[in-house]
Amino acid sequence: MTDRDRLVPDEGLTPASEALPGAAGPLKLDKPPRSQWADVWDQFKHHKGAMAGGIIFLAIVLTVFLGPLVWTVEPTLIDIRARNQGMSLEHPFGTDQLGRDMFARMMAGGRTSVAVGIAAMLLALFLGSFVGVVAGFFKKLDSPLMRLTDLFLALPLLPLLLVMMLLFREPLNAAFGAEQGIFILIVCAIGVTSWMPTARIVRGDVLALKEREFVLAARSIGTTNAKMITRHILPNVLSPIMVSATLGIANAIITESALSFLGLGFPPDFPTWGRLLFDATDYLQQYPSRVFWPGMAISLTVLSVNYLGDGLRDALDPRIRGR
Amino acid sequence: MLTFTIRRLVLAIPTLLFISLVIFLLLELAPGDPMAQVPLTVPPEVKQQMREALGLGEPIPVRYWKWIVQFFWIEPQVLFDNIFGTNLTEGKLRVISWQTRSPVMDIVVQRIPQTLWVVGTAYVVATLIAIPIGIYSAYRQYSWFDQAGTFVSMIGFSVPPFFSGVLVIVIFSVQLGWFPSIYDTTHVVNSWESFVKQLQQMIMPVMVLALQITAQTSRFMRASMLDNLNQDYVRTARAKGLGEYAVVMVHVLRNSMIPVVTVIALGVPAIFGGAIITEQVFKVNGIGQLLITAIQANDLPMVQTLTFIFAALIVIFNLIADVLYGILDPRIRYD
Repeated sequence: MTDRDRLVPDEGLTPASEALPGAAGPLKLDKPPRSQWADVWDQFKHHKGAMAGGIIFLAIVLTVFLGPLVWTVEPTLIDIRARNQGMSLEHPFGTDQLGRDMFARMMAGGRTSVAVGIAAMLLALFLGSFVGVVAGFFKKLDSPLMRLTDLFLALPLLPLLLVMMLLFREPLNAAFGAEQGIFILIVCAIGVTSWMPTARIVRGDVLALKEREFVLAARSIGTTNAKMITRHILPNVLSPIMVSATLGIANAIITESALSFLGLGFPPDFPTWGRLLFDATDYLQQYPSRVFWPGMAISLTVLSVNYLGDGLRDALDPRIRGR
Repeated sequence: MLTFTIRRLVLAIPTLLFISLVIFLLLELAPGDPMAQVPLTVPPEVKQQMREALGLGEPIPVRYWKWIVQFFWIEPQVLFDNIFGTNLTEGKLRVISWQTRSPVMDIVVQRIPQTLWVVGTAYVVATLIAIPIGIYSAYRQYSWFDQAGTFVSMIGFSVPPFFSGVLVIVIFSVQLGWFPSIYDTTHVVNSWESFVKQLQQMIMPVMVLALQITAQTSRFMRASMLDNLNQDYVRTARAKGLGEYAVVMVHVLRNSMIPVVTVIALGVPAIFGGAIITEQVFKVNGIGQLLITAIQANDLPMVQTLTFIFAALIVIFNLIADVLYGILDPRIRYD
């Protein structure tokens, strides 16, 4: 955002009300001028669902990443005597069939799930924005890139993801080790199959922006294409990108859990929320609570992220702002 | 309109061919070997012969061409034979599954009814529920009904089917014991009791699938109704003295249905894909479950055919949605 701030040369210039005392007699500015992001934040604060969603998502992320510093039980520690326990002070979420602490496993699983979600979202966002900006900005590339997007949209994503898991698991495991390999594979697979909506939205916005006067002005003073994109186009398409980012996290977390649930995600000894849920379905009749916690964690995360995206969309839309 | 439809149909062919090529090339990289199960005592040259018998020794373009011919030329003939009792395909090679050594399409045809029953019912039920919800939510915007509808559809978006499915199993079949947790595909409906049993086993998968579809469709319906409710023609209709029912249910609803119908058409293939998980949860013996078992068993011809069927569904329903849009909305006829 530093680029945009530099475009507004506020230092050294006196406000109009002081320079022209006659013109602005009654118009006394008692508040300092507000930046766009302060406006966005003000609107965002009034969206109750979005605030609640944001706080819950933040709480989940903090618990998952910082929790292990407080709750120091190893998620892989097997204590066979304490197996299949219910909720207690010693094990807040109980233990599984090998006596492993479910709370520690939930946090470890959440770390993987959230990390996969964020990494896959970043990849999808990068690809989507890149394709969208290039297609919108360069007329010659528009048609082939949009054809490509349409083709990707016509691919059956879940079956293809499953096929990709089948194909690339072995080579990547050999190259990066079991956990690293599968992490890279899942992030790439989800990222490569979910960039299309972002690309479409960004392209539409870039096409509209290109006709605006400030782009013409920038062009007339000899701005190069690269500068034009990084300084003028990208900051202005940031809001649709941010909304897609939140929805992308939700989508990636659900997809990762679905893959783990179908047994084609992370290996069994490496907990993720989807994997924990999948393992717990075998003990569905005896210990239904074990299914409940991971499922609840997935749903709550996705729900809070969705509400966050909803509020963000409203806050970033200047037409609704101030209502 | 007709030229547009024909043009889109012609365009769909290269799209489908390209997708089939992508799927074929992806699977070409697969590490699996159909001879992995053959005992080690079988000499290598016999193994090589077996591999060639499965059509594996040939170069890639030849095999792709053969797959195309088998899938697009021979399989339709088999269908023709089965319907009219002719024998055009005697002795011709069909796409063979590595798992069962029987033609892939025969297995697919056996599995499709189960998927269609569950997915189709869920889609119809969900649409029938979603449209009234959408209409009323938009008509009474920001009322408690609208707020509740928003919340329920947010839940429908956020709770993945593998959780909602397991949850309804815990509630309705473990705790309450009302419905069976496993879908019995061998069940034959021939009397009232068996029909009731069929209904009971269908309720849970349909419920899980319908929750998701309802969430999506009711949101679209609401947004589309809201767009139309503020239009000038609605004010005109009210000014003419038309009753509220006629204004909303005739004038607004008809115009709002245009985008919703296309969304419903576009959602069909996505639901087939999404049903993979639901089928797995309830052990429905459908094509989604067939895909999963084929992937686990490294049965590449089966995986290839099924993935292509899913892709074809998407392309076909995209086409249907486009054409429907043109038929329903004369303003955007494409010619």
